[in-house]
Amino acid sequence: MDESLPAWSMPAEAAKKISIGDWPEQVTRDWAWGGATGKGVRVCILDSGVEAGHPLVGELEGAVAVARDEEDVAVAEDAEGDLCGHGTACAGIVRSLAPECSIYSVRVLGAGFKGSGPVLLGGLRWAVEQGFDVVNMSLSTTKRQFAELLHELADTAYFRRTVLVASAHNMPVESYPWRFSSVISVGSHEDPDPQTFFYNPNPPVEFFGRGVGVEIAWLGGGTIRSSGNSFATPHIAGISALILSKHPELTPFQLKNVLYLTANNVGGGR
Amino acid sequence: MTDLRAAVAAGALGSEESYRELLQAIVECARAIFGAKASSIFLHDEETDELVFEAVAGEGSGDLLGVRFPSSRGVAGWVLVTRQPLVIEELEQDPRFAREVAESTGYVPKGLMAVPLLHDENTLGVLEVLDRTQQAAFSLAEMELLGLFANEAAIALDLLQRAREARAVLQEEGAEASALARLSERLAKAEPEKREAAERLINAIDELLS
Repeated sequence: MDESLPAWSMPAEAAKKISIGDWPEQVTRDWAWGGATGKGVRVCILDSGVEAGHPLVGELEGAVAVARDEEDVAVAEDAEGDLCGHGTACAGIVRSLAPECSIYSVRVLGAGFKGSGPVLLGGLRWAVEQGFDVVNMSLSTTKRQFAELLHELADTAYFRRTVLVASAHNMPVESYPWRFSSVISVGSHEDPDPQTFFYNPNPPVEFFGRGVGVEIAWLGGGTIRSSGNSFATPHIAGISALILSKHPELTPFQLKNVLYLTANNVGGGR
Repeated sequence: MTDLRAAVAAGALGSEESYRELLQAIVECARAIFGAKASSIFLHDEETDELVFEAVAGEGSGDLLGVRFPSSRGVAGWVLVTRQPLVIEELEQDPRFAREVAESTGYVPKGLMAVPLLHDENTLGVLEVLDRTQQAAFSLAEMELLGLFANEAAIALDLLQRAREARAVLQEEGAEASALARLSERLAKAEPEKREAAERLINAIDELLS
């Protein structure tokens, strides 16, 4: 980022400085992520932990666990891996799309239901502070008391170039953070191609990724077939990682545009 | 105040059983529509952070009611904490996990669908459908259908919890309130002749005390 850029207004002579010269006439998938591997992009899996060394996941950049403290929450190094398998499944999908990205596990699930709201908030705050490029959130909360803080965090992430990719609900309930416009919200489609995704012209769900009959990583090194928005989300997170590895300068706004322009129902997946 | 309490009590005591029946009807219906081997509803007990079987249809229905397990365990636990519906197939390929799942199902299924029960801003529990007919691959339409059952089940579970809370309040209020509540409930269910006689008696007691 050019530090001398005007932050709040733009004098006439600055127009040249902020010119985005290499934007193509037509955004294609080849321009967006052709030849990309995810290298250099840091993806955070905010979930139940990740089983390091799983054949579908490989090595992790790091892992922390978030737990309730007396007054707030504490973040500590995580040696337990994955407590239930959900995070490992998500990490495996990201890895399958972006084989060279770096994956970091932030465990906010698995220690029971109680206190899961503050732990989720604490984990997300920590992830945003670390400056990850992409945060996969295959989870949500329905508690309104956390909505405002989550919203602030989502906006902070958006302006700090951390893309939050969050699972939408397929039921008529209010839940967060997927409903915020500063995140990329994801529902499921039934096509078996992992790179097929659609833009939804009827938000709040913005994109549909592969979420049906997905071969997912399972605890203990195995795999299993599963369906749900939980698994559609890491597909979009993985494609985002590919795009950002080829175009690291993109802001979340621009990334969302590239996703829009390359969606199967917009650019026809060209 | 007593009138009010008695009226509430009549509702609370009588309705708990009805809501349980409603939950049972929902799992029976879900099982039939999906052509599944079993279907169950779990209530999340906030006090103990456990999932409790509230209604079971089909396989395992005999002895699972009231059985509890930690809320972080198994597929039901995943669904509860992530608030995300989930479908898993070919479960039997992983014996270790299958054992854990069996804890929440009573037997080892080949596959299952699980959906969170969300009402207002509360996550009340989980609805599971085990071993649906596998004529075709799982489809999103089934997930939508499961979501409809989940809405119904969430409302019933919410009502059940309210009825239980009302009963707990009455019990705390002491024997007097409980007796009045029971009386109101019996009065509501009594034969017309008996009810008329009882009402005359109650009016007499009312006059006596006033």
